[in-house]
Amino acid sequence: MILQKFLLRLMTMAVTLFGVAVVVFVVIRVAPGDPIAMMLPPGAGPEDIERLRALYGLDKSLPQQFVIWLGGVLQGDFGTSISLRQDVLSLVLGRLPATLELATLALLMALAIGGPLAILGARERGTAVEAGIDVAGGAALSIPDFLWGLLLILVFGVLAPIFEISGRVSPSLDLPFATQFYLVESILRLRFDLTADLLAHMFIPALALALPLAAIITLLLKQSLKEVMDLDYVVLARVKGFSETQVILREALKNAALPTLTLIGVQFTFLIGGTVIVERLFSYEGLGNMAIDAVINRDLPLIQGIVLVFALIFVLINLAVDLSYALLNPRLRHG
Amino acid sequence: MDSARATRRPSARLWLAGLWLALVFIAAIAAPLLAPQDPLAQDLLYERLPPFWMAGSESGYPLGTDSLGRDLLSRLIYGARIAVIVALVAAFAACLLGSALGLIAGYFGGWADRIISRLVDIWMAFPPVLFAILLVAVLGTGLHSVIIAIAVIDWTRFCRVVRAETMVQARMDYIENARIVGFGRWRIMLSEVLPNVLPPIIALLSLEMGIAVIVEAILSFVNLSISTDDPTWGGIIAEGRLSIHQAWWILVFPLITLFLTVLSFSQFGEGLKSRFDPVLR
Repeated sequence: MILQKFLLRLMTMAVTLFGVAVVVFVVIRVAPGDPIAMMLPPGAGPEDIERLRALYGLDKSLPQQFVIWLGGVLQGDFGTSISLRQDVLSLVLGRLPATLELATLALLMALAIGGPLAILGARERGTAVEAGIDVAGGAALSIPDFLWGLLLILVFGVLAPIFEISGRVSPSLDLPFATQFYLVESILRLRFDLTADLLAHMFIPALALALPLAAIITLLLKQSLKEVMDLDYVVLARVKGFSETQVILREALKNAALPTLTLIGVQFTFLIGGTVIVERLFSYEGLGNMAIDAVINRDLPLIQGIVLVFALIFVLINLAVDLSYALLNPRLRHG
Repeated sequence: MDSARATRRPSARLWLAGLWLALVFIAAIAAPLLAPQDPLAQDLLYERLPPFWMAGSESGYPLGTDSLGRDLLSRLIYGARIAVIVALVAAFAACLLGSALGLIAGYFGGWADRIISRLVDIWMAFPPVLFAILLVAVLGTGLHSVIIAIAVIDWTRFCRVVRAETMVQARMDYIENARIVGFGRWRIMLSEVLPNVLPPIIALLSLEMGIAVIVEAILSFVNLSISTDDPTWGGIIAEGRLSIHQAWWILVFPLITLFLTVLSFSQFGEGLKSRFDPVLR
């Protein structure tokens, strides 16, 4: 029964990914403007153009091109980037770690801001403190990451230049890294000087991504906490003499966290979507920044590859949310 | 209980938000009358003038000038035109498309629902900003492309909410009664279900207008929206990001404008929702 549900879920995922592949393939091929003509030097003859079109498979019919491309993708071959003339998969894998590190740091920051504020709001429920949290949360929620990024650039980049506002790491530094997971590797190699430099670059873009999510976590977790605060077992803990903060941390939190956890999963996909423009804003060398360049350069294979990787990340996160929900929710676990 | 109290007295927020939005609309309509300068006129003698309270400012340029010597206030006022057009047209288009599909999926169920829900899944698997940039690159820059891109991407917001609401309404007694009386399915959907799912649609519509303004600003920022000469808020922001160390005001004023506009649209939507919601009223 559970296995059946799981297989059905995997089928839907495959259908979604296939749909994304079809949509992006069709959309970028109705584009006017010949990517081949753009990459040739002026003075190239029509036979040069024909030769390159054949090289990139653009001389075949649309369905033929799609089947060839999809066949390649299934074997791990995403084609060759037209503008960078490198293998798309290695380009994408080279940039993906930067984006994953930024998104993960943003998620951790959102939890670090939202969690304590929710607990504070639940403890001080009905007071001016809670009202203040509600107003701030409502405002933070309706301002998108793009605007937060710009505001933070002004505050921490110009008025009080504490953090870096451009790039991933200082270009003057010598990087001993074997992988593209710079932040993780700098910690593992105990090179905390590099960790500090990386964090100084990542702090503002990550905060811009984190603030809307932090607001959602604050408001929802506070609501869930308040709902369980009057239940018998919580009242019992209070009677036992625990302080209000202890009651929240020991008893209420683990039962109130489930709705928030589910929501964080969905919101995390929105956060990853937000990295595209935030990376651009901070010239951060991640996948999203490369995607915008790929669109501007009409680099069809690279666009397809990047969009598909983003879609894969999104469906995997949704799958992880569903699975963890099934594991954590006692009603589903025993049902 | 207290969160219900907070939403039950939305009038101050509703009025403040409405006031700001009214200002933006007036600026858009009366731009030629309000703007102190020609928003396109370049004057290299007057480049990067500071705003009026700082030393070195010039009268006639109250908020200063950009790096080509164009008056910032005039460009902000003219930029409101693009913002208002995009907010109204793109949000309505997304609303119509999404609500129609949501109603059909929620009311008819079955295959219609399955196909539309799959489409929503596929759309949600795209990073929205990348999707928008891709569509505008494909359609060619210009106001039409921006509006089409926003509508084509953001219909899913409306579709999901309307579908869920419609499914709730379709199970209620009054729908059954209408069916017994002999109303056709389309008539029930449009004249019975639709009015009852309207309140969340209206709140979403206001929210979507704010989102549309942001998406237009993002597209201008990556230089893919309207032509680069026409003043847009996002275009001014892109310019301000470049000269942030020489002239912070080029970034500050459009940023404040966008902040207030987006915040107002969302607060206005929240306020309207609680006005329309029969339970809260």
